[in-house]
This record gives sequence, structure tokens and C-alpha cells, in this order.
Amino acid sequence: MSKTEKKLVIFSELDVEKALKNALQKTRPDIIGEVRESGLKGRGGAGFPTAVKWNLAAAAQGERKFVICNADEGEPGTFKDRVLLTDYADQLIAGMVLAAYATGAREGIVYLRAEYTYLRKDLEATIEKMRGRKMLGKKILGKDGFEFDVHIHMGSGAYICGEETALIESLEGQRGEPRNRPPFPVTVGYLGCPTSVNNVETFITALHIVEKGAKWFKTFGTDKSTGTKLFSVSGDCEKPGVYELPMGITIKKLLETVGGPDAKAVQVGGASGTCVPRKDFDRAIAYEDVATGGSIIVFGPHRDMLEVAINFMEFFCEESCGQCTPCRLGTETLLEGLDMLDEGKCSLKYLRELCSLGETMQISSKCGLGQSAFNAFLSIIENFKSEIFDTRCSCR
Amino acid sequence: MLASEREQLKAEINKMAKKCDHHRSGLIPVLQHVQNVSRHISPEAMQDIAEAFKIHPVEVQGVVSFYSFLSTEKKGKFVVRLCRTISCDMAGKEAVANQLENELGIEFGETTSDGMFTLEFTNCLGMCDQGPAMLVNDDIHTRVTPEKVADIIDTYRNRFGAHVTHGEHA
Repeated sequence: MSKTEKKLVIFSELDVEKALKNALQKTRPDIIGEVRESGLKGRGGAGFPTAVKWNLAAAAQGERKFVICNADEGEPGTFKDRVLLTDYADQLIAGMVLAAYATGAREGIVYLRAEYTYLRKDLEATIEKMRGRKMLGKKILGKDGFEFDVHIHMGSGAYICGEETALIESLEGQRGEPRNRPPFPVTVGYLGCPTSVNNVETFITALHIVEKGAKWFKTFGTDKSTGTKLFSVSGDCEKPGVYELPMGITIKKLLETVGGPDAKAVQVGGASGTCVPRKDFDRAIAYEDVATGGSIIVFGPHRDMLEVAINFMEFFCEESCGQCTPCRLGTETLLEGLDMLDEGKCSLKYLRELCSLGETMQISSKCGLGQSAFNAFLSIIENFKSEIFDTRCSCR
Repeated sequence: MLASEREQLKAEINKMAKKCDHHRSGLIPVLQHVQNVSRHISPEAMQDIAEAFKIHPVEVQGVVSFYSFLSTEKKGKFVVRLCRTISCDMAGKEAVANQLENELGIEFGETTSDGMFTLEFTNCLGMCDQGPAMLVNDDIHTRVTPEKVADIIDTYRNRFGAHVTHGEHA
């Protein structure tokens, strides 16, 4: 695995114990204030401001409160959390302690996907070690009245459980079907208690911010997308791996870094993201332009883009929880349409109908899965329509 | 399932359920345990679990059917899960899939007649930079090539020969 040579934020040096000790000397509003000032947004992909989430959880009334780490990394092309869970587990747990302190939670859960069971043993050893060093348990690092502990809960193989309300359902022993919102988990979450669910990378980034300052963090990135981000790069490039790069980097620049100069398209944001063709490589990867949870998949000049679209749609058909109709039936119908295209049997009229169906899914699906399942379909069809029709119709 | 085996499993289920005060949040860990020891969750086990948690067996079945790592059909001692998502697909998953079928003599979705191996596709394993990737039970294998498939399968076959019980492999 290749990591970026430059250590910017997440990969920069940090003394975990010292950082936590310093943080516990600050007041809760100061910590949330620092995170707010930094402009940190959720690194799992949805991009919700972290400070707002923590503040709502802190303000919510509840005898019990929870901090949950979403380590259900399942978006196709994303693997940065795997690297963080392997090499930066102590920072993750410390980040959870920080969140617990800021929100007033005493209990923490790491929801680890079933596919990462092989990481569990080391993660548990890290947690045990941190208990030994008084960074978990009662009176953390000598702080009176502050207690917090963490346990690991294993997932059972469901992409949808990366959605925070589905994740909570799963923790409660239910099918992983997303809930209606509001109420949001920050007020009614796990077991009905105020709960803050954050991504692995978010916890670690927040810890660095509180230790080193929002001002320093904002020296990276753009006005609307501050700081750096981990990118999981795979596909047709010379150096796949995890890279830490400033937000707002153009796709072109990113491709230079990873060695993919002749790419014809890049999928930004995984199956639920957007396919960006070569002509748009000047676009920036940022919340205000092309957003991503970190998944970058590079497609070389020889790739058949319809096959890519089919692969993504098969993924959604399998992973749709089936709870709401637009998503359950919509994904199936879009996949049938792609198969028709593949056989050279799809009229343009029907293709237009499929696109209208996709728009319906975007507005009427209950959660992010159904709302975003059409993105890849649309961006691939729009940008590679002539390639698809030329190759399919001529081979009949 | 032998009656005594069922009794033993039932005792384990009740013990685990008691530990979490029979609260529903303890259900999935119990299901994962049953899946691990008996390689599936039988109708009898579902009834025992339902009783332990004081819920209807249908509730239990609803949860089992939802998750891809839980199953009502008996799986092989070793479950081979090959990643079918785009990056592994582009890295040559099809050739690996083909060779897995050749080595095991079964198709995807099937279990070998000796009950040793189940072959499945799975979605993204988070090893996109090192594809094609596959899991064998909890072990991850990366950069798998068709030539490597036989060796990987043999390691598990031999371990099985040494009477390793399920769950100790990782």
C-alpha cells in the first residue's frame, strides 16, 4: 500500500495521550467551537458538519448518550478506513473519547463490518491497551467525573448499514432498514438515546484539529471544503493506495499524483458517486464541486463504460434493503435497461423513460442508497452514450 | 442435528441472551455465534433464539434473511467469498472465479459435496488497491491469480485434515 509522501493532517505526527490530555483541559463548548471553526464535515461521504452533530448531541437531554464509530466501510472503491483501523486505531479511539467528552456520552461502540473481522483482534488489543493507560474507563487521564468506554460490534454483511439509522437498527438487533427522519439520531438514536455517529476518519481528523488548531487545519483545502481528505485510489493507475490530499484538488492533479495520465474517466465517490469524463478533469474534488467519501476509481482508455454501469447497478440491486418501492424496483428496472442497452435493444425513448424513473428515485427514495443509485447510471449514459450505442449496435 | 447438539446450542444461546438481559440488541451477536458453530441457522435454532429473546421466530428469520453473512442453508466449513465489485472486476476477478470453480468443482452459490467449501460472490471487500481480493472465512487474500487459487484452497483443505474446528482458523 502506498501512502502519500507528504504528511499533512491525518498522517501527521500526533502524541495521542498528550492530545487527549490537552483536550480534556478545555471546556466542552471550546472543543465543539474549535471543530466548528475548522469547518470539518463528515468524512464518510455525506458531509454533514461535525460540530453541528456534536452540538446537537451535547444539547440533547438523556440519561445515557452514545458515541458510535461507523466502521462499516462498504462503498465500492473505499478502503481508507481499513488503513486507519490498522495503523491509527489509537487515534480513532482517542477521537471517540474526544467526541464523548464533547457530547457528554459515556458509552461508545465501534460498528465494524463483517468483512473486516480480521482487524478485530488488533483493534481489541488497542482498546485494552488504552484502558491500561487510563484513556478509557473511569476518570479518564485523571479527569474527574469523566468516564467512557468502547466495545466492538460486528456487522453481518450489509452495505446499507453504513447509513447511520440503518446502523442503529442493526445494533438494536433489527434488519438494517433506515429509519424515517426526523427524529435524527442526535436526539433519538441507539436505544432511543442521543447518539452521535461519525466516520472513522472524522474522529481522527477532529482529534488533530483540537490538538493543532482550526486555523492550521484551514491552511489546507478550500473555503467551503476545509482541510485534507483521505482518498482511496484504485483501478487503472500505476500507484493505487491511500493518499492524503488537500480538498479542492482537481481530478487532473490527482491523476498526476497516482499515475493515471491516460484515464478516460474517473468515478468519484464510489457506486453512489459520479463518473467524471476526461473533458471535465479540471473539476475539483470538494463538497462544492464533485463530492466524495474518498473513493476514486480510475478507468483507462480501453474500459467499456457500460460494463462499469452494469457492475454498479448490480451492486445496488443486491444491496437495496427493499424497504421502499422506488429503490427496490427502481434499481431492478434500471439494471434491466442497462442489459437491454448491452444487447443493443434499448430505444432512446425507453432510455429517456429510465432517466425519468431515475429522477423519481432521487426524490422519492427513503435514504441515500436509493437517492444516489441513479448517479452513476446517469453520468455514464450522458457522457458515453455514443460509445455505448456505437459498440452495441454495430455488433448485432 | 442431534438432539444433544441442539440442547448444547440452546444452552449457549440462553447463556448469551441472559448476558444481555434478553435485550434485542444482543440478538445479532447470538446469530453470529450460531452461524459460526453450526455454519447455518436452522429452523430449530431460530425457535430457540426466539424463545430466549421472547420474540416471534419470524422476527428472527427476518433478521437472518437480511444479512449476507447469516444463512438458513448450511454453508461449507470454509466460505470463499470473491469480491465482484468494480476494482476487483477490472483487476481480473473473472479469471479467478473461473479457476475457483475448476478447483472446487462447483459453481458460485454452491457447496462442495463433502461440505468443505462454499463458493460465493460478495460486494466490495475494501481491498480495491490489491485486487482481485477474496475472503476465506475471516482471512483476507489479495492479488489472487488463477495460479494461486489451488494453493490457497489446499491450505484450507489441509488444515481441515488436521481436525481444526470452525472458528479456530483465523
